[in-house]
Amino acid sequence: MPLDPAALRRDFPILDIRLHEAGVPLVYLDNAATTQSPKPVVDAMVKAYEGSYANVHRGIHWLSDQATIAYEGAREKVRAFIGAESTDEIIFTRGTTEAINLVARSWGDANVKAGDEILLTLLEHHSNIVPWQQLAARTGALLKYIPIHDDGTLDLSTLDQLLTARTKLLAITAVSNVLGTITPLAELIPKAHAVGAKVLIDAAQSVPHAVTDVRKWDADFVAFSGHKMLAGSGIGVLYGKRALLEAMPPFQGGGSMIHRVELERFTPAELPAKFEAGTPAIVPAIALGAAIDYLGVIGMEAIGEHEHRLTREAHQVLGRIAGLKIHGPSPEKKAGIVNFSLYGANGREIHPQDAAQVLDRGGVAVRAGHHCAMPLHERLGLSASTRASFYLYNTSEEVERLAVGLEKVLHVFRRG
Amino acid sequence: MPRALSDTLEELFETFDQMHDWEERYEYLIDLGDKLPDMPAEEKVEKNRVQGCQSNVWLVARTREATPPVLDFEADSDAQIVKGLVAILLQMLSGRTPEEILSFDIGHVFTRLGLKQHLSPLRSNGLHSMVKRIKMLAAGQSA
Repeated sequence: MPLDPAALRRDFPILDIRLHEAGVPLVYLDNAATTQSPKPVVDAMVKAYEGSYANVHRGIHWLSDQATIAYEGAREKVRAFIGAESTDEIIFTRGTTEAINLVARSWGDANVKAGDEILLTLLEHHSNIVPWQQLAARTGALLKYIPIHDDGTLDLSTLDQLLTARTKLLAITAVSNVLGTITPLAELIPKAHAVGAKVLIDAAQSVPHAVTDVRKWDADFVAFSGHKMLAGSGIGVLYGKRALLEAMPPFQGGGSMIHRVELERFTPAELPAKFEAGTPAIVPAIALGAAIDYLGVIGMEAIGEHEHRLTREAHQVLGRIAGLKIHGPSPEKKAGIVNFSLYGANGREIHPQDAAQVLDRGGVAVRAGHHCAMPLHERLGLSASTRASFYLYNTSEEVERLAVGLEKVLHVFRRG
Repeated sequence: MPRALSDTLEELFETFDQMHDWEERYEYLIDLGDKLPDMPAEEKVEKNRVQGCQSNVWLVARTREATPPVLDFEADSDAQIVKGLVAILLQMLSGRTPEEILSFDIGHVFTRLGLKQHLSPLRSNGLHSMVKRIKMLAAGQSA
């Protein structure tokens, strides 16, 4: 059933706010950066704090039971949402970045040695580059990158040289946060496994927008963030295959992740507690559970289709604007992210920050900069770019408003 | 010989007071930025770049021998609105003594012009860092 964004928007009061002295309506197109939370999610957080909040796992009192049930209930919701086999494979983290750092430290330090290779792609976000650079520095491993075509799709022509028996890990995004490129995971994951490499997927831009089935992917690790899927700040997930997580030493040490502590040693707890040191982000986890419930009612396929339609519309409308160049692949090969550059008089590039500032005056919120992907921008020959990104509550009218705003930008920078 | 600071400011305040909306302000800033000469490419290098995430600002400082010494600044940005703001900052601060620079309340002036938000470190546009570096250079020069 096609989704009705106008109806959904009633759950998001923040989308009705007016901006600046002129009181222009908000057009929120920065969902790749973070997403808004609907009332049911906010209500779930308020309800937790007002009626069932206490520390989890430790207490024997009624409130602690309630909180633990809600927290572990959220973990089960995540498991079902991504098709994992067991809740032991669902680790709550602060976000995608922390999840990847956990793997780089805990799995990486124990399994990667000098001369080993880690294969990334030029599409990667810094959070799926820097932890591997740090691991390489600690261990003497080497980093390699799968190149891209000019349209932002992966260039797999040299894959056989890049993915070899020396490769210990393929760390790859499911969807590029800059260009929206959907990577061919179904093709790459079996190839990585065939050479004995593990696979980590940065799924930050895909889990919120599509059906996720980690077992169908057969991924070893999957990382994603709650705030990119309506859940608000402070919560993310690392999925890992049970056998891998069991073999990995703990990440952070402290309370909750132990079984026993003596003066000189400790024994770690079982999964998933082993990787959740300290008091967790209890209410944010509950919020993630509520977000999953909300998304479940709408349906991930409906959301994906809706965004796909907006992306096609954006390509059509923006494609008609002289002086605007869209980067990345065609709509069929991308998710709901449209990245572009603008050119003013004499073909001189309008700096994305200038464009974003002018768009902001018209109420349109996009992102300008390198989007935490400097290697990708270097490859594209850009210092920065402007990005509009969609979610379930965006409308065709908002795509029009974006186009109008962009015409205004060109007008302001083209006089004379 | 640079004009007295107060003349420059008065003109600026007058110009901005006459503007009706953000579009006029931005167009004025863009014009101002366009009139500021581009920095030569050899000087737009890492050591001259000030911290900023969204756009680049480059700053070069030269000390003119005098008593007291005078600091001349050259700056550029790859974002046009920022370049206009850079031009205003240079108008106010370049060719001044360290004491004049250190005692100058830039925040107040930008507030008066309705541009305060652009100076915020949260903006990450390099302006805040540029002002910080200018003040540090001035502090280094004063007795």
